[in-house]
Amino acid sequence: MKQAKDHQHTSGLDACEALSDQHKDTRKSKSEQRLIGTAMRKVEGLDKSTGRAVYTDDVVLPGMLHGKILRSPHAHARIASIDTSRAEALEGVHGVVTGRDMPTTYGIIPWTPDEYPLCVDRVRYIGDGVAAVAAVDEDTAIRALSLIEVEYEPLHAFLDPHEALEADGSTPYIHDPRKDGRNGNVTKVVHLEFGDVDDAMDASDTVVEGDYFFEGTTHTPIEPHCAIGHWDGVGRLTVWSATQVPHYLHRELARVLEIDQASVRVLQPLVGGAFGGKSEPFDLEFCVAKLAMITGRPVKILYTREEVFYAHRGRHPFHMTYRTGATADGKLTSVDARILLDGGAYASFGLVTTYYSGQLLCAPYEMPAYRFDSTRVYTNKPACGPKRGHGSVQPRFAFEVQMDKLAERVGLDPIEFRRRNFIGENTRTVNELRVTSNGFLDCLEAVESASGWKEKFRRLPLGRGVGVAGSTYISGTNYPIYPNEMPQSAVQMQIDRSGRVAVFSGASEIGQGCDSVVAYIAAEELGVPVEWVRVMRGDTDFTPVDLGAYSSRVTFMLGNAAIDAATKLRKLVQRAVADRWDVQPGEVLLAGGFALWAPDTSRQMPIAEAFNLAEAEFGTLGATGWYDTPKDVHGEYRGGTIGASPAYSFTAHVAEVDVDVETGIVGVRKIWVAHDCGRALNPVLVAGQMEGSAYMGFGEAIMEEQVFKDADHGRAGLHNAPSLLDYRIPTTLDTPEIESLIVESIDPEGPYGAKEAGEGPLHPSIPAIANAIYDAIGVRMDRLPFTPPNVWRAIERSRLDGVLGKPQAPAGGDTVQVDDRAAETVPGD
Amino acid sequence: MSNRSEIVRLTVNGDLKEVGVPTHYTLLETLRYVVGLTGSKQGCDKGDCGACTVIMDGRPTLSCITPVWEAVGSDVVTVEGLAGPDGPHPLQDEFDLNGAAQCGFCTPGILCSAAALLERNPAATRGEIQEALSGNLCRCTGYAKIYDAVEAAGARLATRAGDER
Repeated sequence: MKQAKDHQHTSGLDACEALSDQHKDTRKSKSEQRLIGTAMRKVEGLDKSTGRAVYTDDVVLPGMLHGKILRSPHAHARIASIDTSRAEALEGVHGVVTGRDMPTTYGIIPWTPDEYPLCVDRVRYIGDGVAAVAAVDEDTAIRALSLIEVEYEPLHAFLDPHEALEADGSTPYIHDPRKDGRNGNVTKVVHLEFGDVDDAMDASDTVVEGDYFFEGTTHTPIEPHCAIGHWDGVGRLTVWSATQVPHYLHRELARVLEIDQASVRVLQPLVGGAFGGKSEPFDLEFCVAKLAMITGRPVKILYTREEVFYAHRGRHPFHMTYRTGATADGKLTSVDARILLDGGAYASFGLVTTYYSGQLLCAPYEMPAYRFDSTRVYTNKPACGPKRGHGSVQPRFAFEVQMDKLAERVGLDPIEFRRRNFIGENTRTVNELRVTSNGFLDCLEAVESASGWKEKFRRLPLGRGVGVAGSTYISGTNYPIYPNEMPQSAVQMQIDRSGRVAVFSGASEIGQGCDSVVAYIAAEELGVPVEWVRVMRGDTDFTPVDLGAYSSRVTFMLGNAAIDAATKLRKLVQRAVADRWDVQPGEVLLAGGFALWAPDTSRQMPIAEAFNLAEAEFGTLGATGWYDTPKDVHGEYRGGTIGASPAYSFTAHVAEVDVDVETGIVGVRKIWVAHDCGRALNPVLVAGQMEGSAYMGFGEAIMEEQVFKDADHGRAGLHNAPSLLDYRIPTTLDTPEIESLIVESIDPEGPYGAKEAGEGPLHPSIPAIANAIYDAIGVRMDRLPFTPPNVWRAIERSRLDGVLGKPQAPAGGDTVQVDDRAAETVPGD
Repeated sequence: MSNRSEIVRLTVNGDLKEVGVPTHYTLLETLRYVVGLTGSKQGCDKGDCGACTVIMDGRPTLSCITPVWEAVGSDVVTVEGLAGPDGPHPLQDEFDLNGAAQCGFCTPGILCSAAALLERNPAATRGEIQEALSGNLCRCTGYAKIYDAVEAAGARLATRAGDER
């Protein structure tokens, strides 16, 4: 990892001075920070590398039973009857539940509750849960499942989203229409227009139109979902779960199981990867709870890897059409998008996904006019939901390829074309989202320089090419999933006589490092070594609410909450020390395990002594801190709040590829990732997020596809490859070299200037690779993934069209000159 | 309903263990559910992901597809056995220092594969490291920080071996 120091915004520190009232006095200036910005260990790092770290399946409770869920073999069917008597009679079986035991619908989005914990009268995909058992051991539970008799009446299964959209009700819709006469296969339709798209398109000098397809992909965290239920017999339910959203799980468990929220406790051991795949309640959490309540014994369910593929909630397949207009000198004029989202069997986050498919496209480029028309339909496949870069990775792929085509059309280097359309900082997008800090130009410059772009673009030999793409992403969603005016994130912090700091954090550690972030902030503000900070986490009984690890919200929101709490304590300590020394509180520094007098730092005392003075003066020392979003950052139209965020990150990638025109094999040699994370609180962790994002995007580009059999190739709707052997994710031998270039724009509202880094850096991977393939062989890849068969087919089409070969370099300006090799064609063409 | 069980004798992290296990148990099930060493992880239960990797007689072994009886008489080392009384194994320390463990779920298996490699060849090149870890899937890191950590640990082990000579 290299830090792109030259690319820091010099305006950042000035911006820090002009802080909003809420944050005034809450920060040290950058030059005073001693820990923030440096490489530090993670608080749970050694636990993870020594095997001590505890994940949900590592928890064993006395008397614990093992549960299993029976799943539908039909993609769409009515449940005529379920007979569980033989299973109940099996020795070792302690409890069996079916949908009728929990007949309350739920859904992560409060407006679309369309799932039951177990199906009541209808199954909607192969893998839908219909019954669950708890038995003395896993083998007995599996045996019991085979004794449950379910009678199904198969229904027509909709596998193609176009067919689902055109359904007329002659065969049952996947869900009952919310209003008579509507198509029950439609989850959500969003149509938004900003400016006059048609006029602007007509007035454009050039218009590029393209159809794109983004295949579905899934998260595949290495830890399968797991949950344990415990019922104390007198009204209190405890659920351990590998979830990203303990607070939302808490609420839904209480609602569905009809228990007071005050009697439900959710414990979240460390989570072994999630990426959006664990960000809503799943059947196993309700089942372990209900089975524990019935049997009076703790019950654990661990998904098999196959079940993880059925649980899914991964990337929606998108069918997209884009028209993009530009002036002859390379300024965007108008963007028009039509998108069909293949949603799978349930709504999940789909309402939001449908908005995100359009709302998150309006930066980093200025768009004078923009329209999107997005429809999400149900299909009889596992439900799609949020995967890293929720709803915006697919349109970003299509749009950045459109940008590449437009750049070529107007004769500009694609990096220059992007620069020319930069939206700027402290501005509003065409859909009225507020943009504050924006380091996108620095990102472009960083990848241009590091990759040797100018020597490579259109200049490499046939079969090798480079491509560029840019993107933006939210640092948290501005509003919670259920409407409320309470803080989005909070911590409680206490300091004790030993110098130790305890932080109670409800944030969800899924590997991204949020437990460490609060520790770094507490240590920075209170002047103690990071090792003296204890992070108490993962328990809704004693931590304040944080809404969860989704939408890249945690560092921004939790970080600000932690600064808020720590500052309150710091001020008390500074006052107590100042009183003892008879100096001004502002002259007291807390750093490195000491309180020091700034004018002469030889005057100092150990931090524990300072804490003792403060406790003597003010009583026991604890503080809460919280963060809530600013409310004036979006437009006042329906849907205007979706996509709104307190800050946006920006990313640029350059990918370099080799393409074999005979086999269609694409080898990615290297990806350069520059990401404006605002401020890198710990550059090691930020670079890790950037590398992991680029890796995941690379996988989606080159090999991953979550696909299902049709009736001609087996059982219609059956997952094609529900294993980690057949659903290929990149191994060490597949993954290209990734170079991360951190860009710091110092956001005025972020904690120490920080923004997100966990999802944004994924977006450009895919279009950068597509654009690099074009640079290599002149073939456009508008359909994912770029597997050898798909690439080979595209090559053959280009060969027939006579366009296979190195594309022409843009002429003139500061772009590269046309190279002789550009005219080279493929042998045998 | 109980399964037929047998007593097996295993050497795990230097300790001789005599445990009763269902005869169809894998080494991973035995380690996690009978011996109580939960460091080794189950990610797929099919030998695809490598999270269950342990070191058996010096070789990285997928414990989720190894019947327990195959481990009888062998010397099994799990992630819990890498650290010594002097503290963590250099690999464990370097994984922490380099941010090579994000969610940490693949980490025990990767550490075992890497430890077996460095035991044979502390000066392993990046290509050799990639080859040795090609059976371990990591979904968080993109592997870059893992290579850094393994290389740094290899350098420390080589220095240590030099000092001992």
